[in-house]
Amino acid sequence: MVNRIVVGAHYGLRDWVLQRVTAVIMAIYTFALVLFLLAMPSSYEGWKAFFGQTWVQVLTQTTLLAVFMHAWVGIRDLWMDYIKPVGVRLTLHVLTLVWLVSCVIYSIKVVWGL
Amino acid sequence: MKKMRFSIYRYDPDKDAKPYMQDYEVEIGPNDVKLLDVIVKLKTMDDTLSFRRSCREGICGSDAMNINGKNGLACITDIADLAEPITLRPLPGLPVIRDLIVDMTQFFKQYHSIKPYVVNDSPRPERERLQSPEDRKELDGLYECILCACCSTSCPSFWWNPDKFVGPAGLLAAYRFIADTRDEATSERLDNLEDPYRLFRCHSIMNCVDVCPKGLNPTKAIGKIKDLMVRRAV
Repeated sequence: MVNRIVVGAHYGLRDWVLQRVTAVIMAIYTFALVLFLLAMPSSYEGWKAFFGQTWVQVLTQTTLLAVFMHAWVGIRDLWMDYIKPVGVRLTLHVLTLVWLVSCVIYSIKVVWGL
Repeated sequence: MKKMRFSIYRYDPDKDAKPYMQDYEVEIGPNDVKLLDVIVKLKTMDDTLSFRRSCREGICGSDAMNINGKNGLACITDIADLAEPITLRPLPGLPVIRDLIVDMTQFFKQYHSIKPYVVNDSPRPERERLQSPEDRKELDGLYECILCACCSTSCPSFWWNPDKFVGPAGLLAAYRFIADTRDEATSERLDNLEDPYRLFRCHSIMNCVDVCPKGLNPTKAIGKIKDLMVRRAV
């Protein structure tokens, strides 16, 4: 194969927007978490009941998804910046994806108490 | 007369196995105001010292170098503002040809890749293509770039991917033509930049803004390119 420098994959905007939108979601949840900590009773039962409410679960799950998507863009950027051999980079991309998808599945188990 | 100490990067690939720093002491006369004045004086003391210079007034962009760790133009840097020993190195990230002279091929390749000229296939008017004063104003802060490469060579994204990332200078120029109302290739220009490497290696750390000797803001221009892409997509 000839060793040409190839660019022009015609993507990037969606990831860039995704990174910003997920950052806003995380910021909102961080702010909400501070309010939760201030308002909540310190007992285990109190927290359990609070995180048993559907709206808290939905908000938490959405934020966790945002964290994983944000991490995907950020970690992929790291590999793209610093890892030059294409094979190694592709492997790292795949491993990152597998790891993050596992995180998503586990977060569902944790948040919804399955 | 006051003496000033210098530490200058020396490398002649024909003679030196490795680059090294050479110390100098120079007497500063009443006419030595800018750094370039002193480097020219140094050249009379040691004529093997190599550097580029031309207009000596911040227009040509030839004498860009790394001055005490920060990229800048020697001709418009006041000698009085610099801490001793004044350390001079070539622009970082580009291959060194000799001493303070770097090979800018990669930099200009990126600049050319954004088609730095107005593309307009409409029939030519009898006289020039006119712009309103408001439209012309859009080009302020963009057209002044002198392509000295201070910004691109201070950008880590350009260091890691100089062959793929356009770099702040190239992207500022790209926006200069996107913003030009006489240009008809906006969509093609955005297509050309919609790429994880060409545009999106910029992580807005603003080293470019910090060093630009003309006070320009490539990060802002890059933000405007992204804004236009969002506007096109949603």
